[in-house]
Amino acid sequence: MTRLVADVRVARGSFDLDVAFSLAEGRTLAIVGPNGAGKSSLVGALAGFVEVGKGRILVGDRVLTDTAAGVDLPMDKRRVGVVFQDHLLFPHLTVLQNVAFGPRSVGRDDAVAHAAAWLDRLGIASLAAQRPRELSGGQAQRVALARTLAAEPSVLVLDEPFASLDVEVRADVRAEVALHLGGFTGHTVLVSHDIDDVAALADEVLVVESGRVSQRGTLAELEATPATAYIRRLLRGRGEA
Amino acid sequence: MPRRSTTSIAPALWIPAGIALGLLVLPLAGLLIRAPWAQLPELLSRPTVLQALGLSLGTAGLTTVLSLLLGVPLAFVLASSVDWPAVPRRLMRALVTVPLVLPPVVGGVALLLLLGRRGLIGQPLDDWFGITIPFTTAAVVIAQTFVAMPFLVLSVEGALRASDRRFEIAAGTLGASRFTIFRRVTLPLIAPGIGAGALLCFTRALGEFGATITFAGSFPGVTQTLPIATYLELQRDPDAAIALSLVLIVVSIVVLVSLRDRWTAGLRS
Amino acid sequence: MKRALALVAILALAGCAATPEPAPAPAASEDTLSGSITVFAAASLTESFDQLKTEFVKAHPNVAIIFNFGGSSALAEQIVQGAPVDVFAAASPATMATVVDASLASDPTDFVSNTLELAVPTDNPGGVKTLADLENPDLKVAFCAAEVPCGAATDAVLEATGLKITPDTYEQDVKAVLTKVELGEVDAGLVYKTDVLAADDAVLGIEFAEASEAVNLYPIATLTDSQNAEAADAFVAWVLSPEGQALLQTWGFGAP
Repeated sequence: MTRLVADVRVARGSFDLDVAFSLAEGRTLAIVGPNGAGKSSLVGALAGFVEVGKGRILVGDRVLTDTAAGVDLPMDKRRVGVVFQDHLLFPHLTVLQNVAFGPRSVGRDDAVAHAAAWLDRLGIASLAAQRPRELSGGQAQRVALARTLAAEPSVLVLDEPFASLDVEVRADVRAEVALHLGGFTGHTVLVSHDIDDVAALADEVLVVESGRVSQRGTLAELEATPATAYIRRLLRGRGEA
Repeated sequence: MPRRSTTSIAPALWIPAGIALGLLVLPLAGLLIRAPWAQLPELLSRPTVLQALGLSLGTAGLTTVLSLLLGVPLAFVLASSVDWPAVPRRLMRALVTVPLVLPPVVGGVALLLLLGRRGLIGQPLDDWFGITIPFTTAAVVIAQTFVAMPFLVLSVEGALRASDRRFEIAAGTLGASRFTIFRRVTLPLIAPGIGAGALLCFTRALGEFGATITFAGSFPGVTQTLPIATYLELQRDPDAAIALSLVLIVVSIVVLVSLRDRWTAGLRS
Repeated sequence: MKRALALVAILALAGCAATPEPAPAPAASEDTLSGSITVFAAASLTESFDQLKTEFVKAHPNVAIIFNFGGSSALAEQIVQGAPVDVFAAASPATMATVVDASLASDPTDFVSNTLELAVPTDNPGGVKTLADLENPDLKVAFCAAEVPCGAATDAVLEATGLKITPDTYEQDVKAVLTKVELGEVDAGLVYKTDVLAADDAVLGIEFAEASEAVNLYPIATLTDSQNAEAADAFVAWVLSPEGQALLQTWGFGAP
């Protein structure tokens, strides 16, 4: 049973992010907080494109970051996959090539077949030959998810994955993602400011305000005893898509 | 419901724009009208003409290849200089831009002082290895590269600045090494900038005269490129000079048209 | 205004008396000429014509002379294409003929002659002693391009001597050849005697007998379209005068 353990301090402009958590595999942790609370820095720290001032990030006994020991694995070695808010699909490649990108980068011979299988699994095989600019928002996010999962990461980070989608589409895509997360065996971290995302996808919630953890628990626990005014406001917005 | 076109402009703009257009187009028209069309086949089949054309195309091609190999990395360095302190950053930019503002002959003189037989580097080269650079085809390529490479560097740097670096981050999270990211993400995304830069570089090298004649000299088949041949021919046989000028224009247009097509097609497939 | 002219006249006379000159300038009272004239002249005339101008302006202080030196064939072509010029001094009858044939000048007069001389860098790295030494393929040699008068003279000399010399570069005017020699980029170049003289100690000159096989005659003429024919004619007359001729010969030119 491998746990994702993160205990990091990241220097930011207005205040430092100082957060610690651990997560069992197969579980989804939602990290919520107001804009500017430091959630994006946390995503960056996990994925390896934001520098950690002090702290450690471990997946099981694999050390991704350990400032005391001088360890900082480069992005391509961390196996932390990210689904970005703006999907960031490579505009010069087709959908299939995008999804095959990860497997190809690590030298898999069957990269294309592997990618095709993932497109099938998400029900978007018909989009294989299209270019990202031809896709709708919802289609693009599905492709982004397929791309990240095809790379078989050990930690999956979803960074505000539905924020750019139209309201009507959001619920559908969210439901699909919930389906696939169920089959994902690694650790999932969902970053969002939308309580409906949390309700649909998360097992536990970590609330981050001004760079610090203000509460941790299941959604039910938060609803029972909200620790701050922000959390109370957040919970009230539930159901209002 | 008829809508106003959002691109309509004030009619008065056509006056200066028309003059600008005339300035660019009418000299070419003059050339076409005064060209000795009847004698063209004979004029163009002279061995000196074919020699000069071959030399020009060959050296300009080599210059473009050299500029790509050296200039693209320099563009990356220049693009990364935004993080440097002010003085080194401005110095770097000025150094890259200098050949663009220098009169070409001055560039030729500078090259002589560096690589000529008595030059800073040229003298040891001659004394120790017996290698001299002026009056060789290599000298033509060096002169052309000096004046033309900055076009490529600045074009690629512009493309780098404008590109979204987050794609590179996304590629990293998918497991791509730095070299793979460069090869499969960064380069393809700036490819139009590289293409445009290479095009500018090639045509500038094709038309280069001052630095070439000063540094490399002028000898048929070795260093006498088409612009130099045209200049010399103008003094003896203006008709031949016009014919050569037409060749230069046609070659430039062909390069412009063919490369653009291939470039956009490559992006679509 | 009159006082200023008188002052200039006195100063001019004083200047004449004070400095040693190769020839006395025309009397300073002949200053009825004014305006400016443009003179296109062969590159090899650069230094001598500059001095001729200095003397001319002493006599005619209200005349401004603008020079354009270059390869005679390029200059001739510019005149034919309509450049506004008052006087043309060419390095060969052939280049002058280009202008005469276009009905832009008439009655050119030969005013000097020039012969070729071998020029080598001051330390003579190639160890050149004679023209025949240039046949050595290891030496770097610069010639004028055949299209310019000194190139035509070079061809005539090569034909007369039967020597097979292949240069490393054909330059577009004689001063460009001289520069290559001065800079040490070539071991030898064929330039005019006058260029060697004008270059002072920047190059070493080596005379050769066969130079007399190709003597370049330099014609001069006023252009028919000149806007200041009076001043133009006066300048030409000054060049052809005994004093002007003596001045030219101090620069190494021969009699026409």
